[in-house]
Amino acid sequence: MSRADIAAAILWAGATAYALFGGADFGGGFWDLIAGDAEKGERPRALIQRSLTPVWEANHVWLIFILVVLWTAFPEAFGAIMTTLYIPLALAAVGIVARGTGFAFRKEIEGLAGRRAAGATFAVSSVLTPFFMGAVVGAIATGEVPASGDGDPISSWLAPAPLLIGLLFVATSAYLAAVFLVGDARRAGEDDLERYFTRRAIVAAIVAGAAGAAGLIDMRENARFVYDGLTGDALPLVILSGLCGVAVLVLLVRREHHGLVRPLAGLAVVAVIWGWGVAQFPYLLPTSLKIDAAAAPEPTLTTVLIVFVIAAILVLPSLALLYVLSQRDLVGESSE
Amino acid sequence: MPLLDALPLADASNLLAAREQMAFTLGFHIVLSCLGVAFPAMILTANYIGLKRGDADALELAKRWSKVMAVTFAVGAVTGTVLTFEFGLLWPRFMERFGSAFGVAFAIEGIFFFTEAIFLAIYLYGWKRLGGWAHFWSGVPMFITGIGGAFAVVAANSWMNQPQGFTLDAAGKVIDTAPLEILFNPATGYEVPHMILAAYIVTGMLVASVYAVGMLKGRRDRHHRLGLLIPLTIALALSPIQFLVGDTAAREVADNQPAKFAGMECIQKTGGDQTEYLGGICTSEGVKGAIPIPGLDSFLVGFSTDTKVTGLDAFPPQNRPPANTMLHLSFDFMVGVGSAFIALGAWLAFAWWRRRDIPKTVWFLRIISVCGAAAVLTLWAGWIVTEVGRQPWIVQGYMRTADAVTPASGLWFSFAAVLALYAVVGTVAILVLRGMARRWREGGAGPEPDEGTPYAPAVEKVGEAR
Repeated sequence: MSRADIAAAILWAGATAYALFGGADFGGGFWDLIAGDAEKGERPRALIQRSLTPVWEANHVWLIFILVVLWTAFPEAFGAIMTTLYIPLALAAVGIVARGTGFAFRKEIEGLAGRRAAGATFAVSSVLTPFFMGAVVGAIATGEVPASGDGDPISSWLAPAPLLIGLLFVATSAYLAAVFLVGDARRAGEDDLERYFTRRAIVAAIVAGAAGAAGLIDMRENARFVYDGLTGDALPLVILSGLCGVAVLVLLVRREHHGLVRPLAGLAVVAVIWGWGVAQFPYLLPTSLKIDAAAAPEPTLTTVLIVFVIAAILVLPSLALLYVLSQRDLVGESSE
Repeated sequence: MPLLDALPLADASNLLAAREQMAFTLGFHIVLSCLGVAFPAMILTANYIGLKRGDADALELAKRWSKVMAVTFAVGAVTGTVLTFEFGLLWPRFMERFGSAFGVAFAIEGIFFFTEAIFLAIYLYGWKRLGGWAHFWSGVPMFITGIGGAFAVVAANSWMNQPQGFTLDAAGKVIDTAPLEILFNPATGYEVPHMILAAYIVTGMLVASVYAVGMLKGRRDRHHRLGLLIPLTIALALSPIQFLVGDTAAREVADNQPAKFAGMECIQKTGGDQTEYLGGICTSEGVKGAIPIPGLDSFLVGFSTDTKVTGLDAFPPQNRPPANTMLHLSFDFMVGVGSAFIALGAWLAFAWWRRRDIPKTVWFLRIISVCGAAAVLTLWAGWIVTEVGRQPWIVQGYMRTADAVTPASGLWFSFAAVLALYAVVGTVAILVLRGMARRWREGGAGPEPDEGTPYAPAVEKVGEAR
């Protein structure tokens, strides 16, 4: 494994963390969006609010981590992606501003109209942002980003596979959020909400599975290299993801082995992300730019490695502390 | 996008649109960054006083400030993310060529920002359930990470001003890097402390000005006095140090970026015995309408009126910075306000020494009440000097800004959208902060409306809380 491969693995690790934690936050916004009117949606929204508040900013930092590692370790790929996919990327950036500020403002703003507007901004952008991010990833995976950059700004991502992967991102986020919220509802002893989010987790899982399968079928035609990878070297990971997804649904319906539900749901997502990585290896931009060719000079890669190790030593325990405190209600919304 | 290509503004003026958007979004974000860097120190100071002396007013200040910081940090986090995108969306040629060098500092910044976000959450949401001192200590990492993060980001900017630590091949591609040389480039030594001190002064003045306004409205309780004095003392005590750092920075710029220095001092011809001009309009025949002080510019650069200072004539026109009048006035404004802060500090110190109180005259509070805005304008003026003064280069001496910009169309459209979006975000942020302040004034220690659900039923609870 070359140093460039390790840097790529770090990039993927960042993407995994963002998908798991940032994804769950986006999914929370999705369920907030469709929770119904103020009265009907009050309790689900309250649970979503409590779950997201202490953690969303820390979770959001993974996105910055991904961008910084990408431009530092693989500057040419970063330039190529940015000059090709600037439309969905710019829309995702707008979504990030709207999501974060909408969420931060809605509990501080006064008056129902203002709160609704901020809440709707948060919820709508929680759906649009992962959709456009998925479209970006889909366009990269289907080989629409040329190594030299300046690919077609429209047709690169306004195509079936990228759009399906956008949908897959939204559905996966919603799935993760629902699974996490099932656990939060159980801890709070809110049985009806537990059932509420269980039903939604199942629907989201089915939509995610369907979007993924449809995307795969389209890739058979339009992105043969990655399709071959997903059905070849990466097949065990794809199968693992499917099995985990099904197992989660079974456990949720039968209300058994609660402790296993979150790890298995997470594993389902992790397996897909690494399956994608394995499928397009050794390419960073299939099939025009290989990882080694795109890599920055060695000292820069070493710096990225060192930073990652420091982050693992410093940031991960801090993050764990935050999650533990927040799960034990030592930090949280009502800690006035 | 044929539709956008048809617009007369597209393509040809990409450089201007990209620079305007970058300047605007940076200018917006930098104010929030200052709060992210320096607010923790003030919150923790109030928290410490509160715990150590059992001072309920100080504890209440710390609690309220941390809630204000929660809002500004959230807006800062997203506007910072926009900048991360913009590096690629607006300047892809710069990033693909120099990302491996420029990115080193940013990779390190990531750790600090991450840690700050985590401990802010712990501190902010741990007010009641964590014990007093445990809670205090949970906030201390924010103080450290704020400074560390500022170091890393400003080191990246310093590198753009004095790039080093990389090797180019014949095609201009970076083939080797020396991360420590990138991080500790010659400009890091003065840019980083200048910005960290600026963050403390801006934050201190912004917070102090809020309480000065409150005191002018007759709210002269202990709460307001403390709220004024903690941030004001920090800001004013650092102002003389900032002046010395800034003075050093100017001399370094004169040595290492002479074109920038000539632009900001409007020096047309190279030579000794240069006049220092205060204010005025910069023209190719020299400064019009300024107050001239003969020989002072040379003296400030080399401690002798004989010191030779490089003028704009030493550079071909295409290598000179633009907008010299704006550069010159920005620089003068920064120095002027910095000097005024030192005078204010002396005034406060004198009054405190004589009577253990702030100066009696209402003018003191009036002046402090506009110092927040003045500090922000000064911050922007300083960044105009740094960034516009570096033009036409994005990486001094290596890459022109014009060669770094994206060829994508629709940049003016993007700039307009950003202006509209940020106008809404900025307005709502201010409304939210004012609403919080009003609730605190009216409700005292009553329950907060943010305890309930974000929507309708919660609003009734707000009604009850009042």
